[in-house]
Amino acid sequence: MIALLIRDLRLAFRAGGGFGLGLAFFLILVVLVPFSVGPQSALLSSIAPGVLWLGALLACLLSLDRLLALDFEDGTLDVLASAPLPLEAALAVKGFAHWITTGLPLVIAAPFLGVLLNLPPEGFGWLVISLMLGTPALSMIGCFGAALTVGIKRGGLLMSLLVLPLYVPTLIFGAEAARRGAIGMDVETPLFLLAGISLGSLALLPFAAAAALRMTIR
Amino acid sequence: MSIWKYANPVKFLALSARVQPFAWAAAAIGIIVGLGWGFFATPDDFRQGSTIKIIYIHVPAAWIAINAWIMMLIASLIWLVRRHHVSALAAKAAAPVGLVMTVIGLVTGAVWGQPMWGTWWAWDPRLTSFLILFLFYLGYIALWEAVEDPDTAADLTSVLCLVGSVFALMSRYAVLFWSQGLHQGATLSLDKEENISDVFWQPLVLSIAGFTLLFLALVLYRTGTEIALRRTRALNVRLDKTT
Repeated sequence: MIALLIRDLRLAFRAGGGFGLGLAFFLILVVLVPFSVGPQSALLSSIAPGVLWLGALLACLLSLDRLLALDFEDGTLDVLASAPLPLEAALAVKGFAHWITTGLPLVIAAPFLGVLLNLPPEGFGWLVISLMLGTPALSMIGCFGAALTVGIKRGGLLMSLLVLPLYVPTLIFGAEAARRGAIGMDVETPLFLLAGISLGSLALLPFAAAAALRMTIR
Repeated sequence: MSIWKYANPVKFLALSARVQPFAWAAAAIGIIVGLGWGFFATPDDFRQGSTIKIIYIHVPAAWIAINAWIMMLIASLIWLVRRHHVSALAAKAAAPVGLVMTVIGLVTGAVWGQPMWGTWWAWDPRLTSFLILFLFYLGYIALWEAVEDPDTAADLTSVLCLVGSVFALMSRYAVLFWSQGLHQGATLSLDKEENISDVFWQPLVLSIAGFTLLFLALVLYRTGTEIALRRTRALNVRLDKTT
């Protein structure tokens, strides 16, 4: 498992094109928001938590098609499927690697982009915490979506259609926690529910993803 | 004698052919009488005026939209556990019907909401969860269309239906939470079934029964079509092999 994790991380760092792309997309999206809604700082600071969450979610979605597609093309997935390591574990590791290369940088970058959107000072900590708790769910749900569509030619758009509705609860609780944190309200409830979704996704979705993948590559 | 003998397409088609005329006829009677009664023979509501009559389409459509998904979930489970092709095809056949019913529910709701609430659309929990259900139907149908091998398509859509059901349910409650968080508990939705007088209730039940039978008839008919499609495909493959 560790070898697989290291291999995935190494590929993401060295193969180029994949690692920084999500971050750059996140940056551009956040920069475009003031252009579309106007530069009034009061408006920006009230929508900042939601925009940052939406941006992180879309950046995550954008990098999903390379989560399994490249390994499917060069046959790595066939090897993994016949390896002694259960496919469920392999997919959980791949989801984790995706989180390290995509989710974690987004979490780290979010406060800096929050400055651009005039996020209230109280909001920074809660934004980071909510993203930290929520992005693992985004990665695992995305891993399931990628497993579902990996055998389909030009499945990228279809995967967005399948994955985005699944992101709804995560987005609601995550953005709500960040929004409440920014205006100084009690954040515990959405934060706990968000953590629950993440843990549930981590525990159960590898099985669903492995089932879907076995159906494609049997 | 068990229900599983209808997993055989021939037996299923025979039963379906016998049931369908009754289902169509009963559906027609239920809808015509229910809607006719509701539209022409009930008084106007004292506050809502004649717009109350939208209820006879709106509620049955919403009822079918939700139950069609539950039926697809059960059919998907049967396919995953027992590998009966009829079951997978029934789930496939039900999806577009459910999608159309969702759209009918949303559109009639908007038409009703405009005079009553003064807006076509509000981000009310009920409305929002229906919109999310609509997206789930779209994704499900799109996945069926995208996968070429029919068995793989049935497998993948079944898994999607299972996972989707969990997330749809979670979205339902997440949306409740979110909207209350925004509107401080103020909600536009009327709890229709509880505060409705018998005058409106009786034709409504008839209309719901009619819509349910219509759904049954449509799914049986469409499943038959899917089975015929599958057979022609099998024949074509055999033809290709011999020539």
